[in-house]
Amino acid sequence: MNKQQESRKEILRMENICKSYPLYRGGRFLANDHVNVTLHQGETMGIVGESGSGKSTLARILMRICDADSGRILFHGRDLLALRGEELRQVRRSIQMIFQDPAAAFNPKLKIREIICEPLRNFGLLSAENVDAKAREMLRLVDLPEDVADRYPNSLSGGQRQRVGIARAMILQPDIIVCDEATSALDVSVQQTIIQLLKRIQRETGVSYLFICHDLALANMFCDNILIMQKGRIVEDIRDLRHVRTNYGRHLLDSIFSVELGKRKVFDESLFA
Amino acid sequence: MRTLLEGFRTNRAFRLATLCVFVLLAITLAAPWIAPYDPLHAVMTDANSAPGAAHWFGTDKLGRDVLSRVLCGALYSLTSVLALVFVIFVLGTTLGIISGYFGGLVETVIMRVADMMISFPGVILAIAIAGILGGSLLNAMIALTIVTWTKYARLARSLVLQIKEKEFVQAAIVNGGTTSHILWTHILPNILPLLVITAVADIGAMTMELAGLSFLGFGSQPPAPEWGLMLNEGRQQLQTAPWLMFFPGLAIFGTVVLFNVWGDLLRDVLDPRQEP
Repeated sequence: MNKQQESRKEILRMENICKSYPLYRGGRFLANDHVNVTLHQGETMGIVGESGSGKSTLARILMRICDADSGRILFHGRDLLALRGEELRQVRRSIQMIFQDPAAAFNPKLKIREIICEPLRNFGLLSAENVDAKAREMLRLVDLPEDVADRYPNSLSGGQRQRVGIARAMILQPDIIVCDEATSALDVSVQQTIIQLLKRIQRETGVSYLFICHDLALANMFCDNILIMQKGRIVEDIRDLRHVRTNYGRHLLDSIFSVELGKRKVFDESLFA
Repeated sequence: MRTLLEGFRTNRAFRLATLCVFVLLAITLAAPWIAPYDPLHAVMTDANSAPGAAHWFGTDKLGRDVLSRVLCGALYSLTSVLALVFVIFVLGTTLGIISGYFGGLVETVIMRVADMMISFPGVILAIAIAGILGGSLLNAMIALTIVTWTKYARLARSLVLQIKEKEFVQAAIVNGGTTSHILWTHILPNILPLLVITAVADIGAMTMELAGLSFLGFGSQPPAPEWGLMLNEGRQQLQTAPWLMFFPGLAIFGTVVLFNVWGDLLRDVLDPRQEP
């Protein structure tokens, strides 16, 4: 397995990404501090860490929704951070994103069919009369009933919406999909079906995921490789979270709740005496 | 549009008000044909006759039929008010969306000009501008446009700033939408309801201000049958011929109330507070 991993082609390399935000009353908050990430084809790279550790900022920089202060993102030999205008728009075909909040990620005025096919329409790859057929095809792919195409996003459940989000991200057949807390807003059982769907799609298309998550158990199960972030830095790069070496990694693992622990974890033992 | 038809079916008050608006517009458009007399034709022998069978609303000091003048005045006042609101709406919204979405220098220039306009009392500034340009209906409309577009620009800008941060706008960027596509498909439809409601509610206010400018002599010039101007002409004979002020005043009053009520009901129907 490890050997096979090594031989995979490298498709994305983020080098020395720095991003800081100005703080109230001077000073700057370092959201990303010299972050390096390398992503291979067909790989699932997890990024875990507590809130405010810079995970989402990294995703937003990669998607060019916000600008980095310095660093490079090499993709097919080109620096993404240097692209502008139409060139940048064309590159977006290869890197898509699934958003955290499925309630806010869709324009409430558009029907599901228009939402799913919008990326193709944006690049002029789909004519108006073929929208319905293509939308139905994508809905089948993500295990949703085809008549969802006629509905508006606010009439769908969270899990259904996230499947629509996956369909929209998949439709351009990108090389990389960034999942920014894509399962965090869903309940546990729905989470699992979404993960299975992502895994199936990866097997079929060979897409790479950058999987941002704060659920360590989920990340450990789903990802080939995991980066642990703390205060804007990557503190550990590891294949299996059970073997963490750093103090911060252990601290994170210690804070996981588990049903088996009963009530001992949160409350002091003396409370039950 | 969907919610509009839905509201038309379920909200009885909205149905009634909409019907009244259509009746008013129909009367306005049909005014030249249903007016019993030529509104500009003076018959000196009939001057200042009280309302009666021949002249339902009486006649003015030149013997012109007040009913005909009020009816034709509707065509004059209402079309100019609707045109005025439309121009302000389009101009203000466009500038507001541009400054909200692009930010930077464009925003600074547009919004500082808007601030300059707001720092003067609106009607006074309009009077000054109309005074400089000279009295005519078109100049009065230009003056009111200059004074009022800021309201829409500021509203549109703040709405765009809110919606720009939503994930679906970022998704549209990620999906490779061009800027014009994002503005037309994702931003505009989601901020339009509130702006339309504001525009409709403004029809009443604009009717008042345009009539006000005409009353002061900065708008329509005699012998045009404009409501504000008719009020001014009837002013001297308030005690001897009160119908000269009463009926044009009633027309302004009715129009303003109707459009204000309709605007309120439209707000209930479109309910822009629902989260996009």
